Amino acid sequence: MAEVKNNKRRSFLQLSTISLGAVGTAAFIWPFLKSMNPAEDTLALGSTEVNIADIEEGQGITVKWRGKPVFIRKRTQQEITEAKTVNLEDLKDPAIDDDRVKKDEWLVLVGICTHLGCVPLGQKITDMKGEYNGWYCPCHGSHYDSSGRIRKGPAPTNLAVPPYKFINDTTIKIG
Amino acid sequence: MSGPAEPKKYKNPVLNWIEFRLPIISYFEREYGDYPMPKNCNYFWSFGALATIILVVMIVSGIFLAMNYTPHTDMAFDSVERIMRDVNYGWLLRYIHSNGAAFFFIVIYIHILRGMYYGSYKYPRELNWILGVFIYLLMMATSFLGYTLPWGQMSYWGATVITNLFSAIPIIGEGLKTWLLGDYTVGNATLNRFFALHYVLPFVIFGVVALHVAAVHVHGSNNPAGIDIKSKGDTVTFFPYMLFKDALAVCAFGVLISAVIFFGPNLMAEVDNYIPADPLVTPAHIVPNWYLAPFYAILRAVPDKLGGVLLMFGAIAILFFLPWLDRSKVRSCNYRPMYKWFMMLFFVNFFILGYVGLKPAEGLYLLIARLGLIYYFGFFLIITPFINWIEKPKTLPASISDIYLGMNK
Ligand code: HEM
Ligand code: FES
Repeated sequence: MAEVKNNKRRSFLQLSTISLGAVGTAAFIWPFLKSMNPAEDTLALGSTEVNIADIEEGQGITVKWRGKPVFIRKRTQQEITEAKTVNLEDLKDPAIDDDRVKKDEWLVLVGICTHLGCVPLGQKITDMKGEYNGWYCPCHGSHYDSSGRIRKGPAPTNLAVPPYKFINDTTIKIG
Repeated sequence: MSGPAEPKKYKNPVLNWIEFRLPIISYFEREYGDYPMPKNCNYFWSFGALATIILVVMIVSGIFLAMNYTPHTDMAFDSVERIMRDVNYGWLLRYIHSNGAAFFFIVIYIHILRGMYYGSYKYPRELNWILGVFIYLLMMATSFLGYTLPWGQMSYWGATVITNLFSAIPIIGEGLKTWLLGDYTVGNATLNRFFALHYVLPFVIFGVVALHVAAVHVHGSNNPAGIDIKSKGDTVTFFPYMLFKDALAVCAFGVLISAVIFFGPNLMAEVDNYIPADPLVTPAHIVPNWYLAPFYAILRAVPDKLGGVLLMFGAIAILFFLPWLDRSKVRSCNYRPMYKWFMMLFFVNFFILGYVGLKPAEGLYLLIARLGLIYYFGFFLIITPFINWIEKPKTLPASISDIYLGMNK
């Protein structure tokens, strides 16, 4: 090969070609990766309105919101007291009950175990409710209390509270 | 215009014509005709050929299933039932495919354990081993994706639990999971992409298998004595000896798998997967396919979410490092009086882990899973690297032929 006269210039050209190529490739890959995220119509599946007039005290119903189960439970006085009087130091993911409800008797939760996504038992009268009188996840044994807080088992956090509001006394809008 | 005279290597002019333009004929002759196999190889050396044949059967049966399958949450379950009831021989295609997957894993496990016992992963076959672990990973991904397709309860909840593993990763976990699912929960977007990937991954596997075989052919096959080939007298040619031996193995295997396909096609299936997927109800016992159960046992043995996920992936990833963890120069366990028993115990332990992985994670099962987990990692991280400090290997035979000299006395 002929002697290279201008080494600096050559390495500059090499470097800029490589970096431009890298930027170009990244820009090309981006839309492909992005296409795998939830599509607009999936995101738009907004909100659900639920009539809660017929729910008796101590009963719960499960509704579907964004493909997920949402638990709505009308708590008994005993359940409310249990949820309010618990010692925060006993909790794995400390949260007070007042921050998790809008009205004391109504508890609204995303019914998905925060461990690996199963639907915990406890909605039906006949279901196991776990050691803390809330929900029990049969998959790997997580116990939730009457505020949906994790008390025992592998789940790291409390059952999530979805965004919702009371439209009137008998209707809840989730989402 | 005519080029240089074309060499006449073969009697058949068509072969000559092809060979001159693309030397593929001599390639096959070299790799699958004259290829020297150590003459002491036993039937464990037929499992690679078995696995290759199953891969082809899986691809063919899969393509024909795909002609009648509909990847949509409203129709997937019914389309599989239609395959079972209305499509001509659809039941056969499906039973071949579902049992084929299970037998694929049986064969691959024997193939891997063969490699571990006889030390085939050691110099100079490390890359061959690494490619093999990649194939194993791809197989696990493929069968996980395939298991989602019939859209039964196990399909749905298996997919939910496994994809949720990714949410254990700090910070990016949730986003990564949503990205994988294309939705906030397992849904139609998920089923669609799982089908697309399930279709394509087997062809990727096929490519990696080609590299895997090419790599082993560079330095030749290992053998039960774990010593190098010294002369031509140590070997037999692939054709006809190995080809016919493998063919016999394939026949025996065919009888076995046919017995299951025709007389017990649901032996390895989960009843719950004949219930259509219901996103609002989780079945009481979620179990993975039995062939992934040892890793599921490890996941559940750890009381912490992230810890469990890390150890589970770690249990697979550690296989990549086996060639460097093992410090002994002797390959075959036949000549390693102590390691041999630890190796056997490793096999048994893996089996037990699989068993408890299918049982509820509580009480005695949980205890056994934890002990199994400790031995699994202890084997790789303590026994394998350090045993050669105390182990005295037996004297190796001078050559493969020498093994047989002693036998006539
Ligand atoms: C490495 C090779 C493969 C493995 C290990 C594998 C594994 C599986 C498994 C475990 C199932 C679930 C079976 C059940 O429970 O019903 C399945 C289903 C399915 N696979 Fe595959 N597969 C492979 C290759 C392919 C290929 C190449 C295609 C398509 C071209 C394919 C198409 C299908 C279809 C359409 C289904 C759903 C129908 C059914 O459930 O029987 N597979 N696969
Ligand atoms: S998914 Fe609920 S405990 Fe694992």
